[in-house]
Amino acid sequence: MTTVIPVPQSLDDVTFEQMLERLAPLAADEKVLIDARHARWASPYGLVGLLTIAQTREVRPTLTPPESDETLSYWSRTGFFRHAEELFELHGTVPRARPTAESSVLLEITSVSKSGDVHDVVDRIQQRAQNILERELSIDAQASVRFVMTLSEVCQNVVEHAGRGGWVAVQTYKWQKRLGGRRVVQIAVSDAGIGFRRSLESTPGRALTDRWDDGMALEEAVIRGVSRFRDRGRGQGLAGARNFLGKWAGKLSVRSGTARIAIVPPWDDDVPLLENLSPFPGAQVQITIPERVPERDDQRTGERAGERAAERGRVAATGRRGVS
Amino acid sequence: MIRHIDLSSVLRRSVCDLYSNLVTRPTGAAVRTEIEHLLADSPGRTLTVIDFSHVGLLDYSCADEVVAKLLLRFASEAPPSDAYFVFRGMRESHLDAIEAALVRYGLALVSERTDGPPQIVGNVADDEQRAWDTVYRLGAADVATVAASLGADAPAAERLLNGLSERRLLMRLDEQYLALGHAG
Repeated sequence: MTTVIPVPQSLDDVTFEQMLERLAPLAADEKVLIDARHARWASPYGLVGLLTIAQTREVRPTLTPPESDETLSYWSRTGFFRHAEELFELHGTVPRARPTAESSVLLEITSVSKSGDVHDVVDRIQQRAQNILERELSIDAQASVRFVMTLSEVCQNVVEHAGRGGWVAVQTYKWQKRLGGRRVVQIAVSDAGIGFRRSLESTPGRALTDRWDDGMALEEAVIRGVSRFRDRGRGQGLAGARNFLGKWAGKLSVRSGTARIAIVPPWDDDVPLLENLSPFPGAQVQITIPERVPERDDQRTGERAGERAAERGRVAATGRRGVS
Repeated sequence: MIRHIDLSSVLRRSVCDLYSNLVTRPTGAAVRTEIEHLLADSPGRTLTVIDFSHVGLLDYSCADEVVAKLLLRFASEAPPSDAYFVFRGMRESHLDAIEAALVRYGLALVSERTDGPPQIVGNVADDEQRAWDTVYRLGAADVATVAASLGADAPAAERLLNGLSERRLLMRLDEQYLALGHAG
């Protein structure tokens, strides 16, 4: 029997959860058909997430591509089908991806499994990122460099901790749902590896507490910079990313296992920690940096600072906050 | 002996001749190992200028592997040799990554600048900074001179100077302490 998993019309980090909810009750060796016929839009997170779903299945899943020519063409330009054809049985034909000067795809979907892949990612995006981020998002050259440093670190997390390869993609687009249509640049990295909890559990002599779960593992790694390695120099990657995102009102979210943690900027109303999500292997990281509009950002930062402080107080008082 | 190490050349020689960015831990570890091999050729007191001028991007992990772990070894209680370092050509983004790495270990380094005097980067206390600035201004100085300049007593000044010397931020030559930026 084949179970059909529809791809939401608009596929992003939020709607991706709908797919995982449908997948959760299925055995890994059960045949699934990922039905993207009605998909009209997908974020980088959504696209690398689809590849990761295939990576988790023991029986090669089937994928029906989007019916919309525009969507099909866009997915093709992101490099999605180049990877998908290795992981899915593709129904129908898909357009061959051609080199494009389109500025929205900063980095086509790229597989990451070894250190050399990270060098390739950095080399490929460096000049392009600086031009586009400065022109379209008013992000200055220094910040563009830090953006690429952040990208390098999140890619390395796959190489060092996942235990298997993953994918990275970087795109810019106008975000209509939020930020009044301002442009954003988004990094998405996804793998189906061991995830944060198991990675931290592998630390020799680590004492596990009663509270130990995916949510706590994410708090340890993302908030406190804890790594499975004892080395004091470890854990700097996500710490550096958080520092950079704090300066540029960026958002970081990391999903692993059944939890998702987010560093929430003033422009967003996401919750810091989501628990009891549908289980999904590995780790999925999303970084969103909005176009810089100095006056508006400064004003909103001021407005939200008090709210965030109050929120932090509530989280501290209750120990953690979970919404599922 | 003063030695100059161009990190970009070391990267190409030890990892891949196509790379210009110092990213990833394995790359950083390979570069550091190559530097340590070069230093092992000169077992006596050495001053090494580590040049970042032709390095593109430096990420946090690589900064930890190349810079922090190198200094950690030579600023330890039992360093493999009496080696001192001056860093050259570091851009602001390099400094970001390096400073984050140094602070984790309580390390510091001397960075040459094109637009001003050398500066200490990393973890340094205010009194250490004042003592270092004094020695730099004087070029070389003994304990009594530094103490007088700082308005401190001699034992306190000596403690500061010896601490800076052990941290490889000043070079001690008999009774004199030498600021590394001058020597580089």
